[in-house]
Amino acid sequence: MSPRDAIMTNIRGALAAGGSDEARRKAVEARLSRPPKGVIPARGQLDDEARVELFCEMARRVTASVVRVRSHDRVPKAVSEYLRAKNLPSSIRIGDDRRLKSMPWDKFGSLEVRRGPSDGFDETGVSHALAGIAETGTVALASGKDNPTTINFLPEHHIVVVDAKDISGDLESVMGRVRKKFGKGEMPRTLNLITGPSRSGDIEQKIILGAHGPRAVHVIVVG
Amino acid sequence: MQITSPAFKQNARHALDDAQLQKALGNVRGGFIDKRQKAVDALPEFDALRDSARDIKNHTLENLDLYLEAYEKQVTAAGGHVHWAETAADARRIVLDICRMTNARTVTKGKSMITEEIELNDFLEAAGIQPIETDLGEYIIQLRGEHPSHIIAPAVHVNKEQVEADFRRVHNHLAPDRDLTEPETLLDEARRILRAKYFEADVGITGANFLVAETGSSIIVTNEGNGDLTQLLPRVHVVLASIEKIVPTLNDASQILRVLARSATGQDMSVYTTLSTGPKRNGDPDGPEQYHVILLDNGRSSMLGTEFQEMLRCIRCGACMNHCPVYHAIGGHAYGWVYPGPMGAVLTPALIGIDKGGHLPNASTFCGRCEAVCPMKIPLPKMMRHWREKEFERGLNPATQRYGLGIWAWFARRPWAYNLATSLGIPVLGMLGGRNRRFSWLPLAGGWTRHRDLPAPDSRTFRQQWRERDAIKQGALS
Repeated sequence: MSPRDAIMTNIRGALAAGGSDEARRKAVEARLSRPPKGVIPARGQLDDEARVELFCEMARRVTASVVRVRSHDRVPKAVSEYLRAKNLPSSIRIGDDRRLKSMPWDKFGSLEVRRGPSDGFDETGVSHALAGIAETGTVALASGKDNPTTINFLPEHHIVVVDAKDISGDLESVMGRVRKKFGKGEMPRTLNLITGPSRSGDIEQKIILGAHGPRAVHVIVVG
Repeated sequence: MQITSPAFKQNARHALDDAQLQKALGNVRGGFIDKRQKAVDALPEFDALRDSARDIKNHTLENLDLYLEAYEKQVTAAGGHVHWAETAADARRIVLDICRMTNARTVTKGKSMITEEIELNDFLEAAGIQPIETDLGEYIIQLRGEHPSHIIAPAVHVNKEQVEADFRRVHNHLAPDRDLTEPETLLDEARRILRAKYFEADVGITGANFLVAETGSSIIVTNEGNGDLTQLLPRVHVVLASIEKIVPTLNDASQILRVLARSATGQDMSVYTTLSTGPKRNGDPDGPEQYHVILLDNGRSSMLGTEFQEMLRCIRCGACMNHCPVYHAIGGHAYGWVYPGPMGAVLTPALIGIDKGGHLPNASTFCGRCEAVCPMKIPLPKMMRHWREKEFERGLNPATQRYGLGIWAWFARRPWAYNLATSLGIPVLGMLGGRNRRFSWLPLAGGWTRHRDLPAPDSRTFRQQWRERDAIKQGALS
């Protein structure tokens, strides 16, 4: 018997007492095809503006910095202001994201825009998030050439652009968004849910920022 | 790792006498409890979410075979490989095969208790492959040649001075005047060393907090980002997970995630929750070329359908040990195997046998804090009691304890004899207590009197006092 069959036989033997196979199969198929929503905290169930405000507030609580700008055109200015304020080199790494690419980066002549995945030598990376989650101040990023995952982890500073209209109240709504975008049961290779900058409490339980991922996360909310 | 659970009593003795350890354990008693409480208080739906999380896992376990099938199908559809391992040895062999296939020399590892359970590091080293732990706590204890003493804070038993000494010993490039006195500077040093390792590694191994049947995704939850770099940069990503990590859907994972981080570290959400599905896609500029999942049973399926099935709901948050007075006193190593604290007291006998793990479910006063804080509402004290019963049935506890219980049972079944014995014994003991009303020594009670005095009883038995209390109540009513 293959190890798979042996394990399955064991499981089925142990579960034998619990209901007919047909009924179990139906219950499982039903749950997989129509995932129940469960308990959704009231915290994020707000009108549009209050939801975006909650997102900003929660992101700040997990020590991300947050700014809001009116349109995509204004993102390069916000990025360049961040770099200046943090005394960072005037250079960023971005992927192929259409929204990021079409931004007027050249208005800031001295700003170097490097494209493609991070090689580990970038001080600052810029990504466009798929969605934001207001209840926790989390951004959701999907892998791929538009926003390579290395940009989320290797640079010291990670700037995340998120559209206000993509900020949902709760995690389940973002999962719903992912289903819609990639197709039911389909996923990007990686979906990163990021809540603030990297940290560790492993030495004497003292929380320190910048463990292995970015030391700082800066969120730019558009709209 | 060598199992020292049978020597639990000696281990506990040493732990109590270890001043370094006792100092470090102060960090458990302090931080974790307050942080969790604050996060819980800020979410009115927390208890409803615990019920939801419990129900999701119960439903999953009752249909585990079907969800495993669905999960396997989705992983394969996404281009990943699923391997099944009945035992620890099978899982180790599969990991080695994958490493050999890719000519791996070094392997980076995200934090994973399951790789501790199967003793993967020693095995890989013996096969000439260098495993590198990348979680800061795991890295520290790997340098020290130790094992985790806590399931989410593996180096909680270590003080910063010890970490500095370890770094100076191993990182021999360090200048003597380089400041390594604070957690910040220690972390910077580890970050620099490990950055290079991520790029060198051929294979990255992580555990999984959840496996999602709906999509074939594995989920890891971390704060440092080490698990992400571990699975992002090497050519091959291997996920090692036990079969009960399955949840049906992304929504189910979301429900449980809400109680996981709050119970573990008091965060609303951990910094990185990462869902991985298959290897890199056409056109992806980064990510691993191969994605393997090893599904490990190692005793789990034998817990299904027994009084220990509910233990399979455990999501390894560590809240039970953070709130356990026994863990607070002795730390994790005294438990003698991979899983310490109340969850370990239930799981360890199931995985290594009650003959070896029997002391663990006995090391509890049944104060019930573990069950009260468990996000999955696992009845830990009840299951420890089941283990005690099993131990007794199999005649594994010491003869004195068995005789003592036998004598007790004889009296307990005969109220007249019980009454007689106590109404004779209690006044005698009361008199023998002398002026101080206490005993510093009593035959057969050394376990108690070695550490504290036993108060001498009142001259009347509990039952006599109860009858009097009833009589007074009756009088007051009439």
